[in-house]
Order: sequence, then C-alpha cells, then structure tokens
Amino acid sequence: MSALELSNIGLSFGGTPVLDDVSMHVAQGEFVSILGPSGCGKSSLLRLLTGALTPGRGEIRVGGAPLDGSPRAFAFMPQRDALMPWRRIIDNVILGLEIQGMGRAEARAKVRPLFATFGLDGFEHRYPAQLSGGMRQRAALMRTILQDRPVQLLDEPFGALDALTRAEMQRWLEHRWRDARWTTILVTHDVREAVALSDRIYVLSPRPARIIAEFEVPDRRPRLGRTLSPEAVRLEAELLDTLLTQTGDRS
Amino acid sequence: MTGSSSGAPAARPFGRVPAMFRTLLTSIRQGLPAIFSVAAALAAWEIYVRVSGISALVLPAPSRVVSQIADNRELLWANTWPTLQATLTGFAFSLSLAFTLSVLIDFVPKLRRALFPVFVISQTLPLVAIAPLVVLWFGFGLTPKILLVALVTFFPMLIALVDGYESTEPEIEALLASMGASRAGIFRRARLPSAMPYFFAGLRISITYAVVAAIFAEYVGARAGLGIVILNAKNSFRPDLMLAAVVISSALTLALFGATALMQWIVLGWRQAGAGR
Repeated sequence: MSALELSNIGLSFGGTPVLDDVSMHVAQGEFVSILGPSGCGKSSLLRLLTGALTPGRGEIRVGGAPLDGSPRAFAFMPQRDALMPWRRIIDNVILGLEIQGMGRAEARAKVRPLFATFGLDGFEHRYPAQLSGGMRQRAALMRTILQDRPVQLLDEPFGALDALTRAEMQRWLEHRWRDARWTTILVTHDVREAVALSDRIYVLSPRPARIIAEFEVPDRRPRLGRTLSPEAVRLEAELLDTLLTQTGDRS
Repeated sequence: MTGSSSGAPAARPFGRVPAMFRTLLTSIRQGLPAIFSVAAALAAWEIYVRVSGISALVLPAPSRVVSQIADNRELLWANTWPTLQATLTGFAFSLSLAFTLSVLIDFVPKLRRALFPVFVISQTLPLVAIAPLVVLWFGFGLTPKILLVALVTFFPMLIALVDGYESTEPEIEALLASMGASRAGIFRRARLPSAMPYFFAGLRISITYAVVAAIFAEYVGARAGLGIVILNAKNSFRPDLMLAAVVISSALTLALFGATALMQWIVLGWRQAGAGR
C-alpha cells in the first residue's frame, strides 16, 4: 500500500496555474526525490502537503485515507535549519512533541537517548549558535524525525551548507536512512544528491509543474563513498539533460 | 558622577559563579576610562570654583553638592521615595499598555494603521504644555505622574515590540505551522521570543526617560518628590541643593538602567552563547 498518493493535483494562484495534473506515490519505507528547476512549484507542492495550501483539483491520500488536515501526516524539515536561537538544542528538537501536547520534562527524557544516534551527544544543552552547520542540520533532522509522522518531508535540507559539509551530511543521511527506513520525500535541485539517496526520482517541469519523468535508481546501497554503477552514472547524465532541455524549451 | 562606583562592591567570588565574576571584572576594566573622564571633569570643576572664588549661589563646587546630599539626606530620602514610586508605577503601567497593544496589533494588523498615527501625534506634544494640563485635569495625586511617565516611555517600547514580532524568521513560523501550532502558539513560541532583543533596546531607551518625566510632572504640580525639592531650591536660590537633587535623580536613572541591563543579561543569555565558543 502507498504511504502517500497524489492524484491529478492541480493548483493555481489567481488564475496562474502552478501545478498541472501532478500524480505521484510513495511506498512505505521508500526514499523518493522530487527534482525540478528553481521556481517550478516544488515549494507549493510542499505547502500542499504540510497543509498550508489546499489543492484546487485532485486528491491527496495518506495511508489510504484522504488528507483532511487534522491528524497530520508529514514532518517538515525546512531549507535552512530554522532552529530557534533562544532554545537549547534539546528544547529545539522536542518542539514537535511539545506542540503535540507532551510536557517538556517528559519530552526531554524521551529524546535524550537519541542524541548519540544523531551525532549530537554532549551537545544537548548548547545553543544553536554554538554548533557547526552540519550539527545544526542534524539537530533539525532529529526534530523532524521525532515528530513521529508517517512521512518525512525534506526541503533542500543541505542547500545552505558548504560543499564539504554537504557531502558529509549526505553520507550520514544515507547511513541513518539505511538503518531506519523513514518514508521520505526529498525536494532538491541537486541531481547527484537525488541519485545518491533515492529509490525513485520524479522530475518536475518548469511552471506550471507537471511530472515529466520518473526513474528508479539502478544501484545498490550504500552509494556514497564508492563509484556509482554505470547505469546510475548514465541516469545522472540523463536527469541533468532532461532538466536542462525542459528549462530551455518551455521559455 | 555616582554611577562610577556602582559595579565595584558586589565583587566577591564565593561559590562558583566564575562566568558572572569574569563578566563583572571585564565591565569594570572597560569602565575605567569613563571613571577617569568623569573624575577629571569633577576635579576641573572643583579647582575652577576654588581658584576663581565664584559664589556658591552661582556655581557650587562638587564637594559642596556632596555635603548638601549628606546634610539634607532626610529631606532627599523623603522626596526620593514619591519620585521612585511615580516612576515605577508609571513605567509598569506604560509597559503593560505597550505589551497589550503590541499583542492586539500583532493579531489585528488593521489596528496598526488605526492606532499608530495617534501614537505618533502623542509623541509630538510638547511636555511643557501637556504636563500642566494633565495636572489640571487629574490633580496633584499619582495619576498625572503615571500618565506623563507613560506618555514619554510607552512609544519606544511599543515600536520595539511590534517591529520585533515582524523580525521573526518565516521559516520558523512555517515549521511551527507544519507541526500544527495555532496562531497563538506561533506567537508564544516564535514571535514573542524573536522580539525580545528589540524589546530590550526599546526598554533601555524608555527607562532613561522615565525618571526625568516623573520629576517634570512633580515640578509642575505635586506635594512631594525630587521635582518639588528642585522647585523649592530654585525658588530659594539654592543651586547646591538643586544639584544635590539632580545627583539623586541621575543615580535613580542609572540604577534603573542597570536593572534593565541585568534583566536583559538573564533573559537573553542565549545571545552570549555564540560568542562563548
């Protein structure tokens, strides 16, 4: 059964179409990337899923049931870490639990054992400004996962990091995901990142966004830290080509 | 003048408060140039008065002002209390008014356009004209003082709070919304804490006006207070006593300023965190 299913989603802002007949599905435990040029409507798609927008047409089903806003299905990780500078790391990561109604003391006790898994052991009581970019991103991911939602929604999570930290974080995420198998949607415009991390990749066209291609990544894991299979390398080239020509002819 | 020694007496490093102690030492060391320049100005003043032989009815020496404080300590103390009371009550009223209005404006943006022009106009009114009118309308009691202190101090705090809420990072708000937080929850968890650095900037500006506004209100009409001491001293040609009251009022303002700085240090402790590594 699909963890998430989008059927024929359409959305427009004041007569300008933004999403045009978008259909996709994500299976339980699957890592799916949405790849598209900048400004193609990826963030509108995310806002539909987090409930900030409602689609003009089509249907979103989570675990078979229509998305009606209230038991929320998605844990959202925004582009920049969005950690609150006035809260210590431990109080940042329990934010979702707190909003779900859990008391602070209980939430802290619950998350404390997980800091080691996220490479943040000993940093529970630091403030975000005292952490490196990579650690902050891991804290943001921890805050996302801890909400215990069916689907994790990652919006270009490594876009703001320097190249070296980004590579380190991608390896770390691949490693963690192989253990935990979170159902994940990664929105990115980094072709290499999508190929390295995903089971499947959807490619969006420029506005109004349609799905113009869908690929399975033909390689075993782990993929980072070794040479990709020839098929995956070919896929990378093909994806880049698709994105570039699409951006070209529609304008 | 009196503020120069304000940091020194508390420095006893018992227990384990090394961070606070170090902060204190640093601030004393950073304060040294100020202490020297103030001391030099006082010394020059003292020397000038002694050398020129100018009458104390025109320009009393600092030493004379100090001895006046000592000689009149009962009078000054009796009149400091009403001033402090008017300042603190007025400021507390002003602070709660600014906070309440800022929250209303944050939740009902239309109010901003309705109310801000009124507030801006209120800041254009000359205190010299308004103060006697307020005393005329509300009498010699505490009310006109509260109102005048509020009139002078509430706008900087309101502006600071309203702008502070707006400074909230949109991504943090989007995150909270995705977690299911209500508008009030977003306000409490993100907008209010985001506004705190701005708020303290406004608070520091406001508090320095508060004592002066209270004294001015007393000067225009009151039964007691530092404003009355100044008025009476002026009428009996006693510049030494006037200056003695001025020293007390400066000390009050400095103490209140110090209290806000301490509060900021406690509330915004996280802002020092980034530098501490």
